[in-house]
Amino acid sequence: MAEQSGTWWIWRVFWILLFVTAFEVLLGILKVNESLPESFVHGTFLGLAWLTHVFIILTIIKAAYIVMEFMHLGHEVKGLKLTILLPCVILIPYLLFILLTEGVMMV
Amino acid sequence: MSENLSKDSIWNGGKRPFVSSYGKLMMWFFLISDALTFSGFLAAYGFMRFRNAEIWPVPEDVFTHFPFLQGEHPLLFVALMTFILIMSSVTMVLAVNAGNKNNKKGVVLWMALTIVGGITFLGSQAWEWGHFIHGDKGAIKLSSHEVVHVVDADHKLYSLYDLMNVDKYDGTDHQFLIEEVETAFNARPDLHIKRADRTIVPHQESEEFFENSQVVLGANLTHNEYGHQLFADFFYFITGFHGFHVFSGVVLLIIIFVNVLKGTYERRGHYEMVEKVGLYWHFVDLVWVFVFTFFYLV
Repeated sequence: MAEQSGTWWIWRVFWILLFVTAFEVLLGILKVNESLPESFVHGTFLGLAWLTHVFIILTIIKAAYIVMEFMHLGHEVKGLKLTILLPCVILIPYLLFILLTEGVMMV
Repeated sequence: MSENLSKDSIWNGGKRPFVSSYGKLMMWFFLISDALTFSGFLAAYGFMRFRNAEIWPVPEDVFTHFPFLQGEHPLLFVALMTFILIMSSVTMVLAVNAGNKNNKKGVVLWMALTIVGGITFLGSQAWEWGHFIHGDKGAIKLSSHEVVHVVDADHKLYSLYDLMNVDKYDGTDHQFLIEEVETAFNARPDLHIKRADRTIVPHQESEEFFENSQVVLGANLTHNEYGHQLFADFFYFITGFHGFHVFSGVVLLIIIFVNVLKGTYERRGHYEMVEKVGLYWHFVDLVWVFVFTFFYLV
């Protein structure tokens, strides 16, 4: 593994995480104040509001930066990356799919 | 790595798999299992929330307070907690970075700041829990277990403390009888009832909500003024489990910190232990990122 030199990359990740979190909070506050377009907050896609999809994508971006940079996984060998990521990437969406599908009330 | 490897030494861990050390690998495997545990909890939360979507409390209406500030500031305090945890993750990377250069002073400085960040986060969570337990505006729980709120003419939640004309923060432990609240409510025709499914019942039709009902102030594992009981249960369980991780993280950090001060890793020639506790610490931050989204934002 080539060690990154200096600390600039740490602060780069910090600003990304800070910016994304601030953006999420801004969206959340706009949602409470009802300043967001109606179709964006209440319109749904695959059973979830569009806004929720945006929140989830932003969260996964943050998670990726924490795991790949802060936890250094992005700089490990391919085998280790796959060993860590595959169980999570397969099992968690599977569990979510089963539970959320069952959770929707069929009237 | 050019050592000759016999079959025996491979099966006895003689080769470094994935060019990583034993300790780091095992930490990663532990973190996978922990990640799956937390996803189980959050998926269960999602399941119950989907099941009760119509009557689930709106998180932005629940977590609205900020220490020493008047009025409502939705999301602001959790945003601060998130910032504290991200910041402590940054100081942790800086500590690992200093460790890679065998810079003991740097490790000491950045680890100390990480510990301070962790303790600050725990303190914030204690405040958040305290506020959640004491409650905000109070509610009425019907015999059907539905939780309804009193709202004003603009359909904004109206505090039962204001209705009963008492100062919520006068230091006494308030309890209201449902009959007292009913009398006070009847004297205020401008107030209405908001049901759990967010429909508004006008004042004159709200009599039935006081029969066989009880006043609930605050939230615990048996009643929850914010709405559905499971919301409080999941809140305590998931943020509590995460908070326990933060607490254990702080304890581990302190142990490693003392070893750094004693020069244990300097003598060992490397600071890999700092890296391992760092992995755990970043994981705690990672979980919070998801808790923040699914508990507070969505």
